[in-house]
Amino acid sequence: MHWDIVWNNFDYFLIGAYPEGPLGGMAMSILLALGGIFGAFWLGLLFGLMRLSKQKWIKWPAVVYIEIIRGTPLLMVIFWFYFLAPIVLGYTLPETSSALVAFIVFTSAYIAEIVRAGVIALPKGQTEAARGTGLSHYQTMVHVILPQSLRNMIPSFVNQFVSLTKDTSLAYIIGVNELMRTATQVNNRTLIAPTEIFITIAVLYFIICYVLTATSRRLEKQLSKYQARGN
Amino acid sequence: MAMIEFRNVHKWYGDFHVLKNINEEVEKGDVLVICGPSGSGKSTMVRCVNRLEEIDKGAIFMEGRDITKKTMNLNHLRSEIGIVFQQFNLYPHISVLKNVTLAPIKVKGVSKAEAEAMGMELLDRVGIRDQAHKYPIELSGGQQQRVAIARALAMKPKVMLFDEPTSALDPEMINEVLNVMKDLAREGMTMLCVTHEMSFAREVADRVIFMDGGEILEQGPPEHFFTNPQHDRAKAFLKEIL
Repeated sequence: MHWDIVWNNFDYFLIGAYPEGPLGGMAMSILLALGGIFGAFWLGLLFGLMRLSKQKWIKWPAVVYIEIIRGTPLLMVIFWFYFLAPIVLGYTLPETSSALVAFIVFTSAYIAEIVRAGVIALPKGQTEAARGTGLSHYQTMVHVILPQSLRNMIPSFVNQFVSLTKDTSLAYIIGVNELMRTATQVNNRTLIAPTEIFITIAVLYFIICYVLTATSRRLEKQLSKYQARGN
Repeated sequence: MAMIEFRNVHKWYGDFHVLKNINEEVEKGDVLVICGPSGSGKSTMVRCVNRLEEIDKGAIFMEGRDITKKTMNLNHLRSEIGIVFQQFNLYPHISVLKNVTLAPIKVKGVSKAEAEAMGMELLDRVGIRDQAHKYPIELSGGQQQRVAIARALAMKPKVMLFDEPTSALDPEMINEVLNVMKDLAREGMTMLCVTHEMSFAREVADRVIFMDGGEILEQGPPEHFFTNPQHDRAKAFLKEIL
């Protein structure tokens, strides 16, 4: 076994060539996942609420967006933004930015569905009570429905976050220097320790995801205290 | 001019004719009790007044204004009509006091301090001042329903709608809610109450109507209704519940 190869390159796996060179490795994977989930949350919230609208011209663009994205492999979405951006924008987006945009767009479609399901799952009486006191649709959403349903959505959000963290590995295909790519680079250079290298990478991905799910379980417990009951 | 007037009101759920030509007037300060078997349309009738349900034919007037026309500002209408539900429907994620103050602050633009002072006063009136900072789930059913009444009253409504307010309560909690409702009635609130609580109807109702199959079959002052119902179905119904 050649664990020394892993050991000698361990900081490269964690942070890439930083601080001498560009940031990479696991730090880059985490940054991509964080940026992706943050952007996807807001975009997904917007599309999810649009999807719930009774106005056709608000609802249908969201339906089309969600269905197209959900029916497309993530790798293809990454390629779209990487190869289409120069045509549309007139200049090349850096690999990292196009990957990030692809992650945001892709994940937001799933977040939109989570938001829709979460809002629908709340007892109808909550909306009726709020509208019954004269609150507008928007006020009802902001003050009554979303504070409750977003809490209920946390496990699904974390699930999506975990998924995205692992999916950031796909960015390696357009040359983003994230964890998967640092591993491939070291492996190509050394050639004799693929097993050790990829076991290490798997453990690193596992650690990130495990920390996320463990945190989510604790959050869930804390937040489950005050839930709406009944119909 | 009547506070609330139903004029030839019809409503269908698909093929099901849930309200059949409802005509009814409730004067300012009057208490109307609506009873009848489940599925008779009584909840629907009440919920049409603040447009949680839409009617298909006819019209409903409030102080002479047609409130069922398309151009009606729903949020404004609803701010003038309080509603209390069978399942309380308190907001579980905020305190009892905030449940009461949310609408006055957001809809009427009342300042937070003013809304809280009024909220405490209302909670005092329904007898749960000390629970103001608890969450709804920490309260008993009867207490929760009293908070729901305070929440509705916080908008200073002209009319209060009660949709089976005691049906989801344990028997020992029914009276605490009914007492609040009776006080309200005596203070001159216009009320439309779907309820089977006959003690309430006897004490404070000005009129009782009995519905079945979407129609008003029997109506009159409570004494007349309880002692001398004309319709067979009303007789059978009274026998069941008394």
